[in-house]
Amino acid sequence: MNRLMTLTAPFAQEQQSGYAYGFLDEFAKRELRRTMLKAVAIPGYQVPYASRELPIARGWGTGGLQVTLSMAGPESVIKVIDQGADDSVNAANLRRFLARMTGASTTTDTLHATLIQSRHRIPEERLAEGQALILQVPDPEPLRRVQPDISQARIMHADADYSQMWLTLYEQLVHFGRFMQGASYPCLVHGRYVMSPSPIPRWDTPKLHQAAHLTLLSAGREKRLYAVPPYTDVRPLEFDDVFFQVENQATWVCRQTGARYKFMNEIPQADGSVAYELSDTGYAAKLAAARAGTPVPIGPTYFDDKGEFYHAGFLKS
Amino acid sequence: MPVSSSPNGAARAQAVQPDMGIALQAPRLMPHAPILQVTGVEKSYGRIRALNAVDVIVYPGEILGIVGESGSGKSTLLRMLNLEELPDRGDYRLNVPGVRSDNLFELDRLPRRDIQIRHIGIVYQHPHLGLRMRNTSSGNVAERLIMTGERNFARLRAAASGALAASEFPLARMDDLPVRLSGGMQQRVQLAKAIALRPALLLLDEPTSGLDVSVQAAVLDTLKRLQRETRVTMILVSHDLGVIRTLADRVMVMRHGEVVEMGLTDQILEDPQAAYTQQLVHAKL
Repeated sequence: MNRLMTLTAPFAQEQQSGYAYGFLDEFAKRELRRTMLKAVAIPGYQVPYASRELPIARGWGTGGLQVTLSMAGPESVIKVIDQGADDSVNAANLRRFLARMTGASTTTDTLHATLIQSRHRIPEERLAEGQALILQVPDPEPLRRVQPDISQARIMHADADYSQMWLTLYEQLVHFGRFMQGASYPCLVHGRYVMSPSPIPRWDTPKLHQAAHLTLLSAGREKRLYAVPPYTDVRPLEFDDVFFQVENQATWVCRQTGARYKFMNEIPQADGSVAYELSDTGYAAKLAAARAGTPVPIGPTYFDDKGEFYHAGFLKS
Repeated sequence: MPVSSSPNGAARAQAVQPDMGIALQAPRLMPHAPILQVTGVEKSYGRIRALNAVDVIVYPGEILGIVGESGSGKSTLLRMLNLEELPDRGDYRLNVPGVRSDNLFELDRLPRRDIQIRHIGIVYQHPHLGLRMRNTSSGNVAERLIMTGERNFARLRAAASGALAASEFPLARMDDLPVRLSGGMQQRVQLAKAIALRPALLLLDEPTSGLDVSVQAAVLDTLKRLQRETRVTMILVSHDLGVIRTLADRVMVMRHGEVVEMGLTDQILEDPQAAYTQQLVHAKL
């Protein structure tokens, strides 16, 4: 018996049965877990991994799905978010697939979930220790716009040469008087690597700073995985005298729940006016239930009812 | 050659440089230690020998002109001096406060880049090589400060407009893209970028070759004024002997990757010794 066969013996049975728990075979999950450990050890560093084929198309959340599949167990509680919504086609499909493949239970309640796979949003309620947020990433490379050559960009990461990112900010201030990047706002992680936090709105970016939960960001098409461990500094790029700011939606009120100072969807109306709705549907459903008189536990939110961020002084004005 | 000096001279030398101790220095044309000392630079591209045992010594505050025909190795030498490219062999020392006196060619990429950013400025013949054409002119200048860790927008603005003003760029157009500027203005932006961090060494690679005569004269005037005001050391590469005559203190003539002749500008241009230099001077005049 050669060495490879000795090593693979524990998985031979699985090979014969043609069935693997959590869709991916054990080797794939093991590789992903190692990749995750490396990513956690070097916050913000993009670790390459072999992205596996899945029964959904590349670009539809395969990166996040592989991470969730290799982290989930039967006792896991999974929530899947697509742009804030639990009920969109993509979120519902992924949730059903995850439940079927892992036997895990699912939820729309942020407080109950152990694994939250998300596209483009971080929930409004604060995530706690022990929870993991898995973000689907279309383009992991924050330097793409300033350096299209990926090997040069990797050298720039190695040298921590991020001056061109600040030059981009400088240009935006000169041309428009404010930072123009709306989503996937570049952040400096742990004072070392600049990362793209996936296309979450600016509103969600500060939520990654000194967060209690683990964030894993995975790009299936680009085959890169990176992480923000709990209680790690994540600072959006800004100048000493011109600060990063979240979206100003101070006058926007949710038409269903009356909530304010949360991230809203803008819904155009037939008469030309605009209505607003909470983007986080799980949170909106709980607020609505509380209004209707059903007692539901609602966790503390990142932004309070006056729009103040929970890390006082982190967002400067 | 040992030079005997009178006791009077010794006293004067000590009064001028008290920290030099009692060791007397022989009188020299250039009173200072060289700011840049390059010895034995060799570089081959395949079978082509681009530089062959080239030595360069530059003293603080002087302008060294390098002339020679196309393909003589002028620009290759300048790229080496800018630490953009490494030679096959050679020794490069920069006598500048803050720079270790090691061979700069042997430094790692990161410290080498640091020296390149802080102590060396360069103006290329083609603005495309030196400027980011998609960024504003002021942004191009500000980038140099960002590279050294400046993160204050107001200070970046002030420094950019200061450097652009020093290179006599019209400040009303400081936020235009370089593609929308004339050739002379583009060269001024490059110059502002090069001097933004007040480098000890300014490298000019045919800075006025693409410009018409009147603009050329204006840019040369700016360079001359800058040199007068800041006493920055310059190395000027040009095939135009008129430019060299206007600016350079000393001239180095290159051919086939070797130094043919070196000396004071007037001396070389009025009384060339090497056959090639004679040919060059007479072809021009």
